[in-house]
Amino acid sequence: MHISNDEVRHVAELAKLALSDDEVSTYASQLSAILDYADSLRQVDTSHVPPTPHVLPLENMLREDVAQPSLPNNAALANAPMQANGFFEVRAVFEDAGDA
Amino acid sequence: MPTSLTDLTIHAALDGLRAGDFTSVQLTEAHLARIATLEAQVRAFITVTPERALAQAHAADSRLAQGDDAPLLGIPLAIKDVLSTEGVRTTCGSRILENYIPPYTATAVARLEAAGMVMVGKANMDEFAMGSSTENSAYAITRNPWDPQRVPGGSSGGSAAAVAAQMALGALGTDTGGSVRLPASYCGVVGIKPSYGRVSRYGLVAYGSSLDSVGVLAKDVQDAALVLGAMAGHDGRDSTSMPDAAPDFAAAVDGSLAGVRVGLPQEYFVEGVQPAVEVAVRAAVAQLEALGATIVPVSLPNTDKALSVYYLVATAEASANLARFDGVRFGYSAGADNMFENFRQTRGHGFGAEVKRRIMLGTYALSAGYYDAYYGKAQQVRTLIKDDFARAFAQVDVIACPVAPTTAFRIGEKSDNPLEMYLSDIFTVPVNLAGVCALSVPCGFDAEAMPIGLQLIGPHMGEAAILRVAHAYEQATNWHTRRPTMGSESPYAERAETTEIA
Repeated sequence: MHISNDEVRHVAELAKLALSDDEVSTYASQLSAILDYADSLRQVDTSHVPPTPHVLPLENMLREDVAQPSLPNNAALANAPMQANGFFEVRAVFEDAGDA
Repeated sequence: MPTSLTDLTIHAALDGLRAGDFTSVQLTEAHLARIATLEAQVRAFITVTPERALAQAHAADSRLAQGDDAPLLGIPLAIKDVLSTEGVRTTCGSRILENYIPPYTATAVARLEAAGMVMVGKANMDEFAMGSSTENSAYAITRNPWDPQRVPGGSSGGSAAAVAAQMALGALGTDTGGSVRLPASYCGVVGIKPSYGRVSRYGLVAYGSSLDSVGVLAKDVQDAALVLGAMAGHDGRDSTSMPDAAPDFAAAVDGSLAGVRVGLPQEYFVEGVQPAVEVAVRAAVAQLEALGATIVPVSLPNTDKALSVYYLVATAEASANLARFDGVRFGYSAGADNMFENFRQTRGHGFGAEVKRRIMLGTYALSAGYYDAYYGKAQQVRTLIKDDFARAFAQVDVIACPVAPTTAFRIGEKSDNPLEMYLSDIFTVPVNLAGVCALSVPCGFDAEAMPIGLQLIGPHMGEAAILRVAHAYEQATNWHTRRPTMGSESPYAERAETTEIA
């Protein structure tokens, strides 16, 4: 499996990770080596094997639909880099966002 | 009589506290003093919390004076820095959380506090628990207390080193693919990874949600059982928490091995295992047989696929879990003026190399066109691995094997080759994929005096069985009583000073 620099950049964009050119080429070769190792899985016959997303014999763990205490607003916001009027504040979504 | 309070086990310290031989404040001060002496060499902690510890110790002494017999009352422990602690910064070993102060406490920690624990500090770790050596911490490289030029194992390397160096009587770690058992083995202490669902994950910063378990590092099996018992059991705040009440693990450790069936899996005794490790583990198995156990050959035929499955499943889950670090609600923000550019720069600068590598691998395995070939396939092979254990546990009560193919490697030896590093986990990841429980108990040393661990694996919710077998083994051997020679005048201190760490 050979992962190209362009594929690394595509995946980095999906993961929203800024990478330097050096990181791109390092990850291209390292991910290729790791996926080569993982290629041994292709030889396993799994045509009649269900997947295991989790191991527990539990499903749909529900509780009574009753409101319970939650974090106070100031505690939830205490670690936020930016906040305004009791909300998390994000940076402009569009490049040309003005003050409107 | 021990020469120092830091030489005690938890159960011996509880006896001393309850008998009034010493106070929790004295016990805590002794550990804080040891941290002050050794921390510059070992680097086991990201944050030491002396004021909080002494306040908790004073409170414990008041409770002790009133005859309170809470199971860990007055006992100083270290907590891996991936478990949320209200009011005490929780970094996960990452720059992205350098100033993060959680507004709530993880259930596992809250239960230990209710049981009377004194927290001495937050232990160093590989960033977001991703690593096998603790070299991936953004803060410091923890050194192995047996040799400052070697790694303590990872990712709970700070927790294991703190216990081995006697800077705490025990510690919490977490184990997603071996992160409690590997450092326990490398540092010569006991480490238990309970069954998935046994201990609440609420407040544990998630890495691989279907694999993560909170575990214990301790000086002996009885101590590990005590701490596990104090935090296990159902928690309504974790929907993957099993409804079972926790048994009295500390009481379950006693018992004869007569009639106990111990499985020996041929797939764990293969080329690449260091001869000293195989010799020590086989001698330990012979010891179990001498104690009355029956040794039964078993097969776990899909063992050689487990590492590939693990590094696809865990990284896929990590890529989703770590999406929350976006510089909006908590943690570092790069301060770029556009939202998406701020996501990219915050994550690009805030995460270290291994975390980015795993996010990339997981994102790739989940991406359009590759999902079925990688993530989907890995989930199917995971079923085969789980079935291997189910078949084996129809024949035997526990499985015995090495924790890792080698003893602790040298700092820097595997940093440039991620795949080589991942191979350290080859004998520990199958347990997490199957959701079963396992522990590491000291079973010898190699020619360079580095510790070796025996891994005992039990079925899902079968902790009592592995604790009992490990305890019987400990009663017949003295490996677990060996401690490294440290201190300012020791050869360790001299070698630590001459070890260059980039």
